[in-house]
Amino acid sequence: MSAILKTEKLRVEFTSREFRQTAKVALGSLDLEVNVGEVFGFLGPNGAGKTTTINVLLGFVPPTSGAAYLFGIDVRQPIARQRIGYLPEMTYYYKFLTAEELLRFYARIFGLPRMEADKRIDQLLKLVELENASKRPIKFYSKGMQQRVGLAQALINNPDLLILDEPTSGLDPLGRMKVREIIQRLKNEGKTVFFSSHELGEVETVCDRVAIINQGELRTVDRVSDLVARHQSNLEKIFLDIIGYQPQSTP
Amino acid sequence: MNTIWALAGVVIKELYRRKDFYVLFVLTALITIATGMVNFFHDPKIVRYVKDICMLLIWVSALLIAIITTARQIPAERESRTIFPLLAKPVTRWQVILGKFLGCWLATGIALIVFYLFFAVITGSREQHWPWLGYLQAIWLQWAMLAVVVALSLLGSIVSAAPSSTTTICFIAVTGILLVGGHLDTVALHQTQPLQTLFYTIYFLIPHLEWFDIRDRVVYDWGLVDWLDCVLATLYAAAYTGLFLLLTWFGFRRKSLNT
Repeated sequence: MSAILKTEKLRVEFTSREFRQTAKVALGSLDLEVNVGEVFGFLGPNGAGKTTTINVLLGFVPPTSGAAYLFGIDVRQPIARQRIGYLPEMTYYYKFLTAEELLRFYARIFGLPRMEADKRIDQLLKLVELENASKRPIKFYSKGMQQRVGLAQALINNPDLLILDEPTSGLDPLGRMKVREIIQRLKNEGKTVFFSSHELGEVETVCDRVAIINQGELRTVDRVSDLVARHQSNLEKIFLDIIGYQPQSTP
Repeated sequence: MNTIWALAGVVIKELYRRKDFYVLFVLTALITIATGMVNFFHDPKIVRYVKDICMLLIWVSALLIAIITTARQIPAERESRTIFPLLAKPVTRWQVILGKFLGCWLATGIALIVFYLFFAVITGSREQHWPWLGYLQAIWLQWAMLAVVVALSLLGSIVSAAPSSTTTICFIAVTGILLVGGHLDTVALHQTQPLQTLFYTIYFLIPHLEWFDIRDRVVYDWGLVDWLDCVLATLYAAAYTGLFLLLTWFGFRRKSLNT
């Protein structure tokens, strides 16, 4: 299998502006490979380095050392992002635009011809169930609707790789289920999905492989089924075990 | 170029869907019409005062639209986090800067045309005289000047994350240049060292926005500016705009953006 997403000894340090403060290591030396067509869960507690990894992959943060590649192209080159879709954790899209206008804007960025863009926008609005609200300004959308319009913008270029940063965070059970259904559908279409999440039940349901990181270091990468079989436990317990969580005994 | 136009299109949509422009236009219109209805001392040339006031209001309104619209662009993208899905697409930071600049500049140009049309209707209805070429020069030079203001505000929005402080600082700087920028060399003459050098340095460094102000020519019908001067002024504005955009890009290109 060929790697669609790859990091090699990726290290990110954040220097502090305060006097005599040492640099904070957000990522130690991360080696990661995600293969074509798999749904890959990227797990870790808050502050583990998940978002920093995604930020490097998308070119928002430059690595201190090491390298990251998308489709074999260094992430520092904008062309590496031509075939990806990205859904950030929670974004408030241009509230003065309608969903249709927002998608048309992103379609123009990818240089989609008008006819193709129209077709794609219709398909996506149907997929995220926003066709009835497509002409309404985004400022009137609920949180769940905003997240779905976000998912639609991530799919506008029919990407081969989707990077989702906690896609179901803050959504109600119905919203979470809808997002999960969409991920499942993308998986069936053969898309590669790389996503970070705290919803371990959801990860167990949709992911082929998972990576668990803690304090900027990779703890494990394995198939979900293999992890569950090896530990004879569910993913939540495995996760807590791997990050070294010690439950405090009650007196 | 497609990306830059797409970004500019969003900025223009934002201008006409927000209230700022309409409020300023209605205020300008109301004040001009109210002034036009008053007839001081039965002066037959009262229309010149109306023109003067209207032109001043157009200048202030255009400056406010340019600075307020530009200063909030990048901070708003960061605050609402739309900068992340945008930069996750094959878009460079230079394209973001250029798109934002073009959008703000075009939006300000559209606002200027609306203001000048109103000015032409009001003064033309009183004087039965429409010096279109003079108006065209006035619009063009003011728009060229606003390109420098927009680029400066964009630079300010990279340095300071708060749109309100960027707006205040830029408005003070631009107003200061317009009011005293042209007199700094005279002030320098009367100073001792090192103040003299300081004043001269500022005089030669700042963009002389007052050179683009031909309101008096329009108000008192002094005729057209030499077209070569217009071209030179345009090149001067383009040079400062380019410089400020480059500085903005230098500030923005290495900025770490954490989600």
